Amino acid sequence: MSKPLTATQMGLVQCQGCGLLCQAPPPEQDGFCPRCHAPLHARRPGSLQRAWALLIAATILFFPANLLPIMLTTSLGRTQKDTIMSGVVYLWVTGSWPLALVVFVASILVPFAKILALFLLLVTIQLRSDWAPLQRTRLYRLLELVGPWSMLDIYVLGLLVSLVQLQSLATVILPGPAALAFAGVVVLSMLSAMNLDPRMIWDPIGETSD
Amino acid sequence: MVESPPDHPLIACHDCDLVYQETALPPGGEARCTRCGALLYRDTPACVQHSLAYCSAALLVFLLVNTFPILELETQGIHRNATLFGTALTLYQENMAPVAALVALTTLLAPALELSILCYLLLLLNLKRRPPGFAELMRLLQLVRPWGMVEVFLIGVLVSLVKLAHMAHVLPGLGLWSFGALILLMAASAGAFEPHEIWRQYEQCPNR
Repeated sequence: MSKPLTATQMGLVQCQGCGLLCQAPPPEQDGFCPRCHAPLHARRPGSLQRAWALLIAATILFFPANLLPIMLTTSLGRTQKDTIMSGVVYLWVTGSWPLALVVFVASILVPFAKILALFLLLVTIQLRSDWAPLQRTRLYRLLELVGPWSMLDIYVLGLLVSLVQLQSLATVILPGPAALAFAGVVVLSMLSAMNLDPRMIWDPIGETSD
Repeated sequence: MVESPPDHPLIACHDCDLVYQETALPPGGEARCTRCGALLYRDTPACVQHSLAYCSAALLVFLLVNTFPILELETQGIHRNATLFGTALTLYQENMAPVAALVALTTLLAPALELSILCYLLLLLNLKRRPPGFAELMRLLQLVRPWGMVEVFLIGVLVSLVKLAHMAHVLPGLGLWSFGALILLMAASAGAFEPHEIWRQYEQCPNR
């Protein structure tokens, strides 16, 4: 092979179910992978629009997730409302700063950086930019890697709620409304990243080098 | 529909769509895309055996994790346990059904599905038989994999330990130690799993 070509340029399609390289189906016709019978698409139709919609929804939910209380602690008749940030501050001032750092990175930094990164990727793909494709692909892989870590606060909440129902101490921990919003941010941003096909980053590069 | 000729198979990079001709690799070697650095395929002839060993061990440990309490809290004669299932159940009872569903999906359903599908497929492949429903289950595996988040749950347990330490006596349960083992075994099983090789071995199995 003299010059490497992409599957699209060669009239081939990689099956997204099993990875087999197949002959592209004729236009306007449905093709199926001969090995695993998954439908064949060069790029999944409408995936960019879906990624945008899910990302915008995640961004909207990001605000209540951080501003509303995530945990209500009722102790001896007094109710204390904790947001995600005040939970981090609590861990910091009680001396467990390594954990404060972990929770800060997982619950605040990662979701925020993930939303910013998805905006960057979607805007550059939409504009068919040929800027730094390798770095953008790496950013995409990093997104997939760190995505699940934002679930940390949800798990802590669930464990605390199920453990602390102490009548003798008159202490009860209940989940706050931010828990719903935060779970929404995690799920929507993960779905948005799944709809983003990294090959779309590279599509404009193949066109200009011809 | 024309397949690429079997003696010179062509493969495409999953991340940037560049096409390569597949060549034999040195033992333990791996092929990466020259343009974007994505892993194309690895030489893992014993992939089925290794992956099967790890995922069957992980499935057993997963049962332990769900049988024993993860955290135990003791204060003034009152004893409370937290289990994986109990965590999801309490959130459900506190009118947080969507959050409870998400916790159940990411710590129970996704790992249980992933491990049982892997064990079923790899066990039959190891016996040189074509597992019925192979293509559908491989696709389901791709779908559930990103939703398994057991390693994040473990860090969540550690954070809860610290947060509770001031108000009560908290003990790590047997479930917590099993949890550590589960994460290592699941990581090893995912690391040994090479879809390219699994599909090749599937195609080599005799029909019926």
